[in-house]
Amino acid sequence: MKQSPFVEKYSPLWLQFEEWLKYQKAPKRLKKTLEEPDIDVPSVYRQICHHLALSRSRLYSYILIERLNQLVLSGHQVLYSHHTYFLGDVAQYFGQTFPALVRKEWKLVTLSAALFFIPFLVTLITIQYYPEMVYTIMDDSAVSSLESMYVPDSEGKIGRERGADTDVYMFGFYIKHNTGIDFQIFSGGLLFGIGTIFFLLLNGVFIGAAAGHLTHIGYIDTFWGFVAGHSSFELIAMVFAGAAGFKLAQALVSPGRKTRIRALVDNGQVAVQLLYGTATMTIMAAFIEAFWSSAGSMPVMIKYSVGISLWILVIAYFIFMGRRRYAT
Amino acid sequence: MSQRLDTSYTVDTPEGITLHLSPAGPAPRFLALIIDLMIRMMVSSIIFIVLIFAGETGVGLALILTFMLEWFYPVYYEVRKEGQTPGKKSFGLYVAQEDATPINFSSSVIRNLLRVVDFLPFFYIFGLVSMLLNRRFQRLGDLVAKTVVLHKPEVQVNIKISKKDDKFLNEIKELKRKVSLLEGKDISEVDLNEASIRPPFKFTLIEQQALISYHQRSQKISDERKEELAKITGDLVKNEKKPVAYLMGIANHLLGKGST
Repeated sequence: MKQSPFVEKYSPLWLQFEEWLKYQKAPKRLKKTLEEPDIDVPSVYRQICHHLALSRSRLYSYILIERLNQLVLSGHQVLYSHHTYFLGDVAQYFGQTFPALVRKEWKLVTLSAALFFIPFLVTLITIQYYPEMVYTIMDDSAVSSLESMYVPDSEGKIGRERGADTDVYMFGFYIKHNTGIDFQIFSGGLLFGIGTIFFLLLNGVFIGAAAGHLTHIGYIDTFWGFVAGHSSFELIAMVFAGAAGFKLAQALVSPGRKTRIRALVDNGQVAVQLLYGTATMTIMAAFIEAFWSSAGSMPVMIKYSVGISLWILVIAYFIFMGRRRYAT
Repeated sequence: MSQRLDTSYTVDTPEGITLHLSPAGPAPRFLALIIDLMIRMMVSSIIFIVLIFAGETGVGLALILTFMLEWFYPVYYEVRKEGQTPGKKSFGLYVAQEDATPINFSSSVIRNLLRVVDFLPFFYIFGLVSMLLNRRFQRLGDLVAKTVVLHKPEVQVNIKISKKDDKFLNEIKELKRKVSLLEGKDISEVDLNEASIRPPFKFTLIEQQALISYHQRSQKISDERKEELAKITGDLVKNEKKPVAYLMGIANHLLGKGST
C-alpha cells in the first residue's frame, strides 16, 4: 500500500486514539464533563503499533513515522504509567522500610555515629579539664556570642523568652540551616567519603566544644535544657545523613563485582531511602527547637525528662519498629 | 537501520515495537534550568516582599515557603505536569523514566535531591561531566533515579489526520491556504491537484523515502532551495525544464495520490 491511501485508511483510527489520549490527560474537573471515547484501547493501541512497524519497514516518510512514533509513545506513557498510593507508601515507609533499612545498614550508621559522637565527647570532656582549649576551636567573638545566647536570665527565667513571632522565624531558619548541614554531609560521600568524614568530625568537634564550654562556665540548665528536646532528632538525623553519604562512598570505594557507576546507581537508591527519613527528622527537630525548646517558662526538669523520653523513643523506634513482615 | 550518528536510543515495548527517543543535551537543559531558576527567584522575592511586612513571623513563613519551593517545585511539575517544569516546557523537553514511562514520585525526588551533588564543585560541573560521559546525557541524579530528559518534538502539520476523506482534503486545502497566505501568494495559485508522474525507472526504497520527504517538506522550503535540492538528483531531472514540479509529480505517484 502506498503512503497516501495508508494514511487515509487509518487516520480515523489514529484520530480516535488521539482523542482518547486527550481525554486521559484532561484535568479531573474537565474529565467529568467529557465522555470517555468508546474504543477498545488495548487493541487499537496494538494496531497503531503495527502501523508504526509497517511504516518503518515500508520506509514511509520520516514525518509519518515520527508522527506514529509520537502517538505510540504517548499511548505507552498512558498505558504503562506507575500508579502510586501516596498515603499508603508513606505509612509503609515509616512503619517498616525506614527503621528496617537503618538496622540493615547498621555498619554504616555505626561508623557515622562514631565519627560524630567520639569527637563530640572527647572535646566536651577535654574542655572540662583544659577550658582554654575552646579558643583554639572557635574564635573569641563566636565564644562570646555563644555565651550571650545561653546566659541565665537575671529574673530567674531559664533560657531565652521570645515572642511567638520569633518562634516561626526560628523554625524557618533552623529548617534551612540544618537541612543544609545534612546535605553537605550526604553529598560529601561522592568525594569517596572524605567530605562526609570531614563534615561529621567538624560538627562533632564544634558542637562538643560549645557544649563543653557552656557546661564549664555553668550555663548548664539553659544550654542542656534548651537542646534536650530536639537533640535526639537532630543529631540522629545527622548521623543518618552521614550513613547515606557513606553508602554513596561505598559504591565508589568498594563497588564489588559491579562497575562503579552501576554500584552508585544501586546504592543511590538506598541512600535516598535513608534521606527521606533524615529530612523528616530534621524538620521535626527544627519544629521542636523553635516551638518547644525555646519555651522559657517550662520548668527545666520537664525539659530534661521530655528530652530523655524522646531519646529513648527514637532509639526504640529504630530497634523495634517494622520487624514483623507484612504481606504486600 | 544503519549505524546511528545521532544520540537517539530505542526502547522495546511489550507490544514488540521499538520506540525512538531523543535525549536532550546540556545546552537546552541549561537554558531550561535558567528559566526555572528565574521563575523560582521571582516567586521567592515576591514571597519575601509580601511577608516581610508581617514582621519576623512573616520572614519565618517566607523561609519555610521558599524552602518548600526550592525542593518541591521541580518534583511537583515533573510528577503532575507530564515531566515538564515551566523551563523544560518552554524548550520542548520532558523528563521520563529510561523506559519512556512517565516519571514517578520517588524518581523525581531522587533526581532533584541529588541536584546538590550535580551542582558540585560549582555550577553543575559534576552534572555536566556526567552528561558528557554517557549516551543519554544523564546527570548523576538521572543515573541514580533512572530517568532521562527527552525532546518532545512538535507535531508536524503536513500530515494531518482526519475522520473522513473529504475532511482530510479540506484540511489539506486549509493548510495550503495558510501556507500560501504566509508566503504572500494568492490562494488560487496553489495547485491542489498536482499531476502524478510515473518515474522512468524503479527507485530503491531509500530513494523513494527521500522523494516523499522532499514532497512533504516542500511547504517549509523556499523556492530557490527547492530548485537547488531538485538539481542534486542529477540525471533524473537533466532534461526537465521544471525539476521541482517533476519531482513533486513523482512523489505524488509514489504516495499514490493525484491524477495520472
